[in-house]
Amino acid sequence: MAAVPLLAVERASKRFGSVVALDEVSLDVGPGEFFALLGPSGCGKTTLMRLIAGFEAPDAGRLSLDGQDLSALPPHRRPVNMMFQSYALFPHLDVFENVAFGLRRKGLAREAIKKRVEELLEIVQLQGFGSRRIEQLSGGQKQRVALARSLAPGPKLLLLDEPLAALDRKLREETQLQLKQIQRRLNTAFVIVTHDQEEALALADRIAVMRAGRIEQIGAPPDVYRRPQTRFVADFIGATNLIEGRVSRCDGVWFVAPFGQIALGPCTLVDGARATLSLRPEDIRLSRDGDGLPGRIAQASFRGQSTLLWVALDAGGSLRVSCAHDAGFVQGEAVRVAIPPDAGSLFAEDSR
Amino acid sequence: MSAPAGLAGRTALTLGFVFLYGPILVLAAMSFNASRLVTVWGGFSTQWYFSLLENEALLDSARISLEAAAVSATLATTLGLLAAVALTRFGAFRTRSLFFGAAHAPLVLPEVVLGLALLTAFVAFGFNRGFLTLVIAHATFTMCFAAVALTSALRDLDPSQEEAAMDLGATPLQAFVLVALPAIAPALASAYLMTFTLSLDDLVIASFATGPGATTLPMRIYSQVRLGVTPEVNAVSTLLLTFVFFLLAVAALLRRRATRD
Amino acid sequence: MSARMSRARRAVLALPYLWLSVFFIAPMALVAKISLSHPAEARPPYEPVFSFSDGFAVALEKLRSLNLDAYRGFAEDSLYLESFLTSLAVAAISTLITLFVAYPFALALARAPQRLRPIFIGLAVAPFWTSFLIRVYAWIALLKDEGLINHALMTLGLIHEPLGIYATNVAVVIGIVYSYLPFMLLPLYSALEGQDPSLREAAADLGATPAEVFRRVTLPLSRRGIIAGCLLVFIPAVGEFVIPDLLGGSDSLMIGRTIWNDFFANRDWPTASAAAIVLLLLLLGPLLLAERLRLKDERLDR
Repeated sequence: MAAVPLLAVERASKRFGSVVALDEVSLDVGPGEFFALLGPSGCGKTTLMRLIAGFEAPDAGRLSLDGQDLSALPPHRRPVNMMFQSYALFPHLDVFENVAFGLRRKGLAREAIKKRVEELLEIVQLQGFGSRRIEQLSGGQKQRVALARSLAPGPKLLLLDEPLAALDRKLREETQLQLKQIQRRLNTAFVIVTHDQEEALALADRIAVMRAGRIEQIGAPPDVYRRPQTRFVADFIGATNLIEGRVSRCDGVWFVAPFGQIALGPCTLVDGARATLSLRPEDIRLSRDGDGLPGRIAQASFRGQSTLLWVALDAGGSLRVSCAHDAGFVQGEAVRVAIPPDAGSLFAEDSR
Repeated sequence: MSAPAGLAGRTALTLGFVFLYGPILVLAAMSFNASRLVTVWGGFSTQWYFSLLENEALLDSARISLEAAAVSATLATTLGLLAAVALTRFGAFRTRSLFFGAAHAPLVLPEVVLGLALLTAFVAFGFNRGFLTLVIAHATFTMCFAAVALTSALRDLDPSQEEAAMDLGATPLQAFVLVALPAIAPALASAYLMTFTLSLDDLVIASFATGPGATTLPMRIYSQVRLGVTPEVNAVSTLLLTFVFFLLAVAALLRRRATRD
Repeated sequence: MSARMSRARRAVLALPYLWLSVFFIAPMALVAKISLSHPAEARPPYEPVFSFSDGFAVALEKLRSLNLDAYRGFAEDSLYLESFLTSLAVAAISTLITLFVAYPFALALARAPQRLRPIFIGLAVAPFWTSFLIRVYAWIALLKDEGLINHALMTLGLIHEPLGIYATNVAVVIGIVYSYLPFMLLPLYSALEGQDPSLREAAADLGATPAEVFRRVTLPLSRRGIIAGCLLVFIPAVGEFVIPDLLGGSDSLMIGRTIWNDFFANRDWPTASAAAIVLLLLLLGPLLLAERLRLKDERLDR
């Protein structure tokens, strides 16, 4: 993270009527960083994005870009551009004119505009598409035109509103790669807003996980995945097993679950404290005979590179476990479930 | 569609179109009837059309009607657009109800009431009644139709388009002119056509608002009709109908061409 | 966004507002004032007439001479009351008949093959764009005692005497139904065309006969279109002038004609003005209320 942030959001708050959309949200985005605002619908990520773009003004707090306070600037004067979820391409203009729109507003010379538009069409791999009409384009092509248009004026920061939501799976992966490449090449800060955690994990340098108008955690994808700081983050990112229980400090540190005891690593919770343990399916070990809690395979779901298994424990309860695709466990089979110490994340009861 | 429903549907369609077009076609047929009587067919003749060409009064009033329609339609569409923008985008402002009422009143008020009001106002203000007052009156009562049509079109606009334009550096005004106006262009054309025909058609308000020297075609037709059915009125009516149909056909073709590209 | 309107916005609002103030609000205020005056043999034919050269005392005296006589006269005058009731009755009957005529037509249009629909609806609405006056006038030729319909029916031997429809309320109703048909047709067509066909298929699948499908699915779902169409026909029909004047007789006095006659023939501007103001309040009131409610809804949605 750069010492001097490009975008600084300081305790921004916004409410609509009686609904609090943002509650004292603060974050920094560094120059050239790929940042993600991630959260379920209603978490405030879209509101924050619109605050940055200038379409809404915060009720309290401050937003600044390169040290300059943004509150004095209306959207058309901010060096921030946005790629809209619906693309919002102008149907009465062709591709060239769409991409050139921001440049024309700046009053650039004809030659300069032509050069820049062609440069951007080349970046998004749509060379030669200049004279096409918008309705002739496919969904993926429209998206690339929208991207080229929003990058043409050379913004310091680009906001992308659910950029991959409208694309089918295969196209989504290709586009993810392209987006990342373009961002690197231009070294422009990108802030994507998404509800898709896989997308955020794949693209971002850092993620801000949001919920109910607040930020739950900011961190690089591996950190957010492996060291979630709240129960919500653990649940929202990736798949997990959430187990309610108690901490016991009798003869070591244990987590007392309904189905048995699990060894814990060092933790700060006191003896008897109520807590939730988050265990990722891939961190749980299955064996046919060996140490661990006894159980039975309730269901097996083949997922290609791995198999997802629901294991019903003899002592009660069930766990989702992920194992290699060729492990060969079948439904009804008896297994042993081993949970390595320090495998999961522990959250105190009041940690939402 | 099942067979009985299909037959019922076709019957309904046929009856409907016969009802709608019957009187119009009878009128057109009568304009070619050599005999003055409706019930007697005196042979095919275009004599009424020729005598129409010599009927200075009718031709003059046709010209006045067309000129008044063109001018008042331009005024009405512009005023209607501004009113529609104010009503859809300015939220609640002081005296909004008064403005809304004034902008929509002609939709519910009888034309007699509107005409009466305008006449008394012209008299009180000391305006000489003539072509100018006619245009003013027509623009005033037709602008609300334009406002309603354009309000609906403005509400249907995708706000993200104008936001995108502003995001790219356009001022709010530029965004409206460069993005919103082209998007509502069909509604604007339709509003113009509507206010044009409303003005062309109007009898009551014109009677109140116009003065000597600016008699409109409907007024001429009306006064002649009260005296008795003249075949020349049939001829001018048929011409007027044909003209409007021609305009509509052109409009439809243009729309077809626009969507095909 | 500041609470006061920006300069640009005020400019946009100013033009139509100014226009409407001068050419609608002021005239209506003038009409209201005339309704408080009394008739006089003068130009203009009412008293008092305010002018800028009046001193304060004169103006005050003129103000005092304003009264509600015209309204009292309007309320007591059986002619006005009768015209009013006739207008309401004729408009209501015409609206119902228009509904019954337009509904099957709209239904057939909405169920016609997809590619034919724009052509059909264009043809159905085209007459609306042509002259209102001319279309009403065409009916004179059809309905007169010596007109086409009577002639045809008598030639066919179905009747021996002319039907005598012309110059009666029946002719007025026919005229209204004919002229306002497109106003009823469009909202109905719109509502019916937008209905999801899979709803009817589901009903049929669950055992409903075509008649039941219509009564229990199609008809209730078209309610909005019916209401819109009825309002679009009823409200203007109440104040109609041309149709009663051309097709109606001396017994079919509707309020539009009564006001016209009072204004031009009798030169009784105050009474005509009073009638006009009453009509304004009666018809504009519900409209303003509806808009207020709609705005309130919109604000809650945000």
